[in-house]
Amino acid sequence: MSTQASPPPAPLEIVVVSGKGGTGKTSISAAFALLSPHAVIADCDVDAANLHLILEPRVLSQQTFVSGQQAHIDPERCIGCGECLRWCRFAAIHPREGVTPRRFASDPLRCEGCGTCAHFCPTAAIRLAPRTCGVWMHSSTRAGDMVHAALDAAAESSGKLVSVVRREAQRLATAQGATHLIVDGPPGIGCPVIAAITGTHIALVVTEASVSGAHDLQRILALTAHFGVPSFVCINKWDIAPGCSADIEASAAAQGARVLGRVRYDPSFSSAQIAMRSVIEGDSPAAEDLRALWHAVTAEAARLGPHQSPASSRLIGRDALTTSQ
Amino acid sequence: MKSAPRIAIASGKGGTGKTTLAINLALSMSGPRQLLDCDVEAPNARLFLPLPALGAPTEVSVPIPTFAAERCQACGACVRFCAFNALALVGKKPMLFPELCHSCGGCIHLCPQQAIDEKPRRIGLISRFADGPLHLLEGRLDVGVAIAPPLIRALRATARPDLPTLIDAPPGTSCNVVAALSGCDQVVLVTEPTPFGLHDLALAVEMARALSLPCGVVINRLGIGDDRVHRFCQAEAVPILAEIPDDRRIAEAYAQGQPLIEALPALRPTFTALLAALHLH
Amino acid sequence: MKIAFSTSGGGLQGPLDPRFGRAARFLVYDLHDASSTEVDNSVNLNAAQGAGIQSAQRLVDLQVQALITGHCGPKAYRVLEAAQIAVYPCQAATIAEALALYQAGKLTPLAGPSVDGHWV
Repeated sequence: MSTQASPPPAPLEIVVVSGKGGTGKTSISAAFALLSPHAVIADCDVDAANLHLILEPRVLSQQTFVSGQQAHIDPERCIGCGECLRWCRFAAIHPREGVTPRRFASDPLRCEGCGTCAHFCPTAAIRLAPRTCGVWMHSSTRAGDMVHAALDAAAESSGKLVSVVRREAQRLATAQGATHLIVDGPPGIGCPVIAAITGTHIALVVTEASVSGAHDLQRILALTAHFGVPSFVCINKWDIAPGCSADIEASAAAQGARVLGRVRYDPSFSSAQIAMRSVIEGDSPAAEDLRALWHAVTAEAARLGPHQSPASSRLIGRDALTTSQ
Repeated sequence: MKSAPRIAIASGKGGTGKTTLAINLALSMSGPRQLLDCDVEAPNARLFLPLPALGAPTEVSVPIPTFAAERCQACGACVRFCAFNALALVGKKPMLFPELCHSCGGCIHLCPQQAIDEKPRRIGLISRFADGPLHLLEGRLDVGVAIAPPLIRALRATARPDLPTLIDAPPGTSCNVVAALSGCDQVVLVTEPTPFGLHDLALAVEMARALSLPCGVVINRLGIGDDRVHRFCQAEAVPILAEIPDDRRIAEAYAQGQPLIEALPALRPTFTALLAALHLH
Repeated sequence: MKIAFSTSGGGLQGPLDPRFGRAARFLVYDLHDASSTEVDNSVNLNAAQGAGIQSAQRLVDLQVQALITGHCGPKAYRVLEAAQIAVYPCQAATIAEALALYQAGKLTPLAGPSVDGHWV
């Protein structure tokens, strides 16, 4: 490969979110990854990751994810005074079962690692240790390299693991000169979603034609607006309730988010999944709709990408990342 | 006296039908009962149960520190203590980043000058609705607030202990769900018979076991996939409590916000049987 | 007057790190006597959250008056602004080049954060 005079354009990042769960984010993300000429993929739904079930990743490297800390009370040093119990605001301190005189223990499912108990323990019986919350992986797939993770059950749902996955995927996408970075986002509007959307070029909100879909769409669009993320909408299963679909288009427009595509209700979403394939790897009405959606999304992403909007100060950092590689 | 039953309805995967199940179970019950919508990021139960409001919504807040400049000696002890990096010291008194604060209260108690007090930071609302014996309590997180569990815990604490309670949990298996499920008698896991459904059901069963909660499974949209979920439940000795068929009429009724048992009365026996299996009525 | 540069190390000829909050090290250059010191920032590289805030706190404690880096997020910016530390975004490859640009008056200080936060 010859030395380039200027670096390749930065990958266009598309984050797929939904507000409401189960609207089809993952199926659509997989389709996008396969339709892109060169994609890197981030599965940021770390709580219940599903993209690997379609893309069949081959794991290249894996890292333990350590985040925050948790309290451990040494039963040998504990004198059962109850100071820790008095200060803990998360109801994490409880007496050790079957132990007399009473001694205390910290419940890892409730402990938030604040360290208050350790600070006030008169016998220094409490130690704070780093907490392992899950694993993250770099894999190769038929759609491109993928960064994905698995959060341990009942682990804290902070955006940290989402941020780690996304940052690593951004680094890979830039290093490879990928055309697109496709991010399969988490449901909801909390911390993991915020970590997935901040600073992206474009967010595609996948909703479904239903009253629940309409309601949750308003909330996720309020969130993306709050963080200044350009957002567009896809209405999945639109033909189940065409009237509802029309209402959604109007209210999304009122919130400044255009509908870029509609996908018909199609059993191929499930049958493709069972075959560990994406819908677009077959022929179906939904596949046709997804291709049209992709064309519309990539056009918007290209329009909003780093070299097309010099006025956007938020992208200064992105350019700095590419020129400093 | 044994307290009234508390049954949580959860699911690893989103969109499997938790809220649908919770609503229709609540409607199928008789006598006083309450439904808690703990999916505070995306609360939908009210769309299907437009019950009249009972009073105005209650604001829910978490405490965050405030600093009395006249007592603060800028020693930095609070900044060094904060495990969440929510504090910085610039000039005469600390600066707080409320979105990172976990409200542990540690800094307040350890300040040598007792210069730190607390003030509330609003995170969301709890609303109450009722129509006769059916009560609905909804938690709604303010858009932009990152941390949901304190609101979920506040909602659980607001519930009446004497009423049989159904808890509509958020999707997933993380701390949000743990907060919703805490102290329940059993959890019903709703899934669909597909690879995504099975994968996330396995995570949810693992979570239920970590919480020492008996669990049973309801398979929704039976027919869209295969029998992998049935085989999993058999292998794991998890009872299948009910099955709901895939039917476009169900999807259409749901899309319009109409409860299933009203749109398709033929489904009523399914819910009545499920209530019996859950020892509810 | 002291200026801090975000870097991975290597003295004045070392690279200017585009990130601030998770930069591995800072090089503190004293304009008065042209001396430079490097300080390790790895505790913040690995911080669960608030890395930008704590890195900014570090600079406050080091009593620098200016920071030259690639970009700066909102939480870090808030701390630096309160401490009246001017933040100069710069895309130069090395600290020496960035310093030369600063001394030639070619860098403009930020009036607000230059990128969105990573949230955590």
